[in-house]
Amino acid sequence: MAEVLVLVDHVDGAVRKTTHELLTIARRLGEPSAVFIGDGYDAAKAALATYGAAKVYRVSDPEVSAFLVAPTAEVLAQLVEQTSPAAVLLASSADGKEIAARLAIKTSSGLITDAVDVQPGDAGPTTTQSVFAGSYTVQASVTTGTPIITVKPNSATPEAAESTPAESDLEVTVSDAAKGARVTDRKPREKSGRPELTEAAIVVSGGRGTNGNFEAVEAFADSLGAAVGASRAAVDAGWYPHANQVGQTGKTVSPQLYVAAGISGAIQHRAGMQTSKAIVAVNKDSEAPIFELVDFGVVGDLFAVLPAATEAIEKHKA
Amino acid sequence: MKIVVCVKYVPDAQGERTFSSDHTTDRAGDGLLSELDEYPVEEALKLAEADDGEVVVLTMGPQDAGDAVRKSLQMGAHAGVHVLDDALHGSDAPATSLVLATAIEKIGESGAVDLVLTGMASTDGSMSVVPAMLAERLGLPQVTFASELSVGEGTVTIRRDGDASTETIEASLPALVSVTDQINEPRYPSFKGIMAAKKKPVETWSVADLGVDASQVGLEAAWTKVTEFTERPPREAGQVVTDEGDGGAQLAGFLTGRKFV
Ligand SMILES: Cc1cc2nc3c(=O)[nH]c(=O)nc-3n(C[C@H](O)[C@H](O)[C@H](O)COP(=O)(O)OP(=O)(O)OC[C@H]3O[C@@H](n4cnc5c(N)ncnc54)[C@H](O)[C@@H]3O)c2cc1C
Ligand SMILES: Nc1ncnc2c1ncn2[C@@H]1O[C@H](COP(=O)(O)O)[C@@H](O)[C@H]1O
Repeated sequence: MAEVLVLVDHVDGAVRKTTHELLTIARRLGEPSAVFIGDGYDAAKAALATYGAAKVYRVSDPEVSAFLVAPTAEVLAQLVEQTSPAAVLLASSADGKEIAARLAIKTSSGLITDAVDVQPGDAGPTTTQSVFAGSYTVQASVTTGTPIITVKPNSATPEAAESTPAESDLEVTVSDAAKGARVTDRKPREKSGRPELTEAAIVVSGGRGTNGNFEAVEAFADSLGAAVGASRAAVDAGWYPHANQVGQTGKTVSPQLYVAAGISGAIQHRAGMQTSKAIVAVNKDSEAPIFELVDFGVVGDLFAVLPAATEAIEKHKA
Repeated sequence: MKIVVCVKYVPDAQGERTFSSDHTTDRAGDGLLSELDEYPVEEALKLAEADDGEVVVLTMGPQDAGDAVRKSLQMGAHAGVHVLDDALHGSDAPATSLVLATAIEKIGESGAVDLVLTGMASTDGSMSVVPAMLAERLGLPQVTFASELSVGEGTVTIRRDGDASTETIEASLPALVSVTDQINEPRYPSFKGIMAAKKKPVETWSVADLGVDASQVGLEAAWTKVTEFTERPPREAGQVVTDEGDGGAQLAGFLTGRKFV
């Protein structure tokens, strides 16, 4: 069976859930080979075995991690050359897409980004994407070279399949050209203690209607164990960090449940949340376009509705 | 300092967007300079104003894409290049990046290019892959999603707001930088700018002018194929209640009923 390369997305060995999903998808297409770059392999090992990696290629050269995406693309290009994989799967993060883009050019291979599903087909993997702010679903496949596919979070349910991966260390030489850009400073963001926005099962977002007060939104989110998002209007006003913005120029989320509070539902906001499984809105304007999308909507003041709902939920849980 | 800004002409996001019979994006109807490409134009103009630099805007697209060049010139860019060729119809990101990279090299023949700026994504396709592909083809260091940018001696430094941290990234010039909508407030063309734009040079290049083989671009040359597309059925109308004191309780009831609690 052909190998399927999966680039492991991790922070110091803490493997992100998207990688579990990628390994699960990779098993449909062939034999998963995890590519682990950087430090912390010992911490990552168990997760890669649990989700069925048959092989692990390890690269610990600090030069690969120090210079952003270009060296990683070089590593993957080398592996594509060596292993002729059935596909290369990466997470659809900003970095994942850039690595994939460079790899596509290096190997003259077709690239599909932001897939929400990947299935085996007669002529290689068939992908499903959601385009034009979620209003169309597109099926596509790669016709040239090695299929390179970036997959959105929550596109598969991780399924365990215990394995004992064969490990090999990979020697790489990073070209000078790939060393042109480096991170000179990194300030970690304060941890909110809430789930990661793009991975969360539930997202509660606030907009201009919060008038700068996110307390009701946060308390409601916490009662549901949800991540907190924001519209661009709320971010531009300085009420919430840009990292939490949902929409075309922020994050795309696809949770089980999305709650929009005090958000009108502009097309650019929809682009980031329209594929959510269930959508709920609280807005005092019954004409707000967000209501066109909802499974359940409340026309009302978020400062009255959210605290009451929070209280009822807490009571239900107790 | 010589700066090339890649700008894309896109269908209006507010309008209906559909597919043509050949599965390419239907570009009929009104279009405009992608709003997200106004940010790199503005950033280039600020840099050029500071050191008497030159800003060349580059677009690849159909006849109407000339509007994107014109708008950029009205904002203050000095010259424009429009790569226009029927053979380009249906080009995917690798082909687009090939054409843009070759055009940037040709622009460099009349004076080396120090910086290539792009938007963070096109508002129609929104793949965000053209910048990385361009950097790969041009052999340039790439820094993407800049929310702040400054140029020093032979280097460009940017701030990027990542998921887990805020990073400062430094690259040697020449470099390619994509900028976000957080970086600046794009100016509106002034009346003077609109008048001045009429006299600014715009070159139109064909694929042959670039020395690119027509078989490498267009729908036929694409490395991926759309096999099917379906319009998502409109979401079924949900239940909307008006809060008369029990809206919160009803909301909680819906959520517990659907097992979200
Ligand atoms: C190129 C481009 C990219 C963009 N990218 C994004 C993006 O990534 N994400 C994004 O969100 N936007 C984006 N936008 C902006 C988008 O067009 C809208 O301007 C923005 O989404 C509006 O945010 P909002 O819904 O919070 O504010 P508004 O549209 O002002 O809506 C506020 C809503 O709150 C309601 N409200 C007010 N008070 C209350 C109350 N007390 N209780 C309940 N409801 C109340 C109002 O009825 C109203 O419907 C982009 C725009 C452009 C041009
Ligand atoms: N046809 C084009 N002409 C000029 N620039 C383009 C074109 N397509 C993409 N770009 C540039 O690449 C950026 C990202 O585009 P994309 O990868 O399509 O999301 C845009 O913001 C533009 O700066």
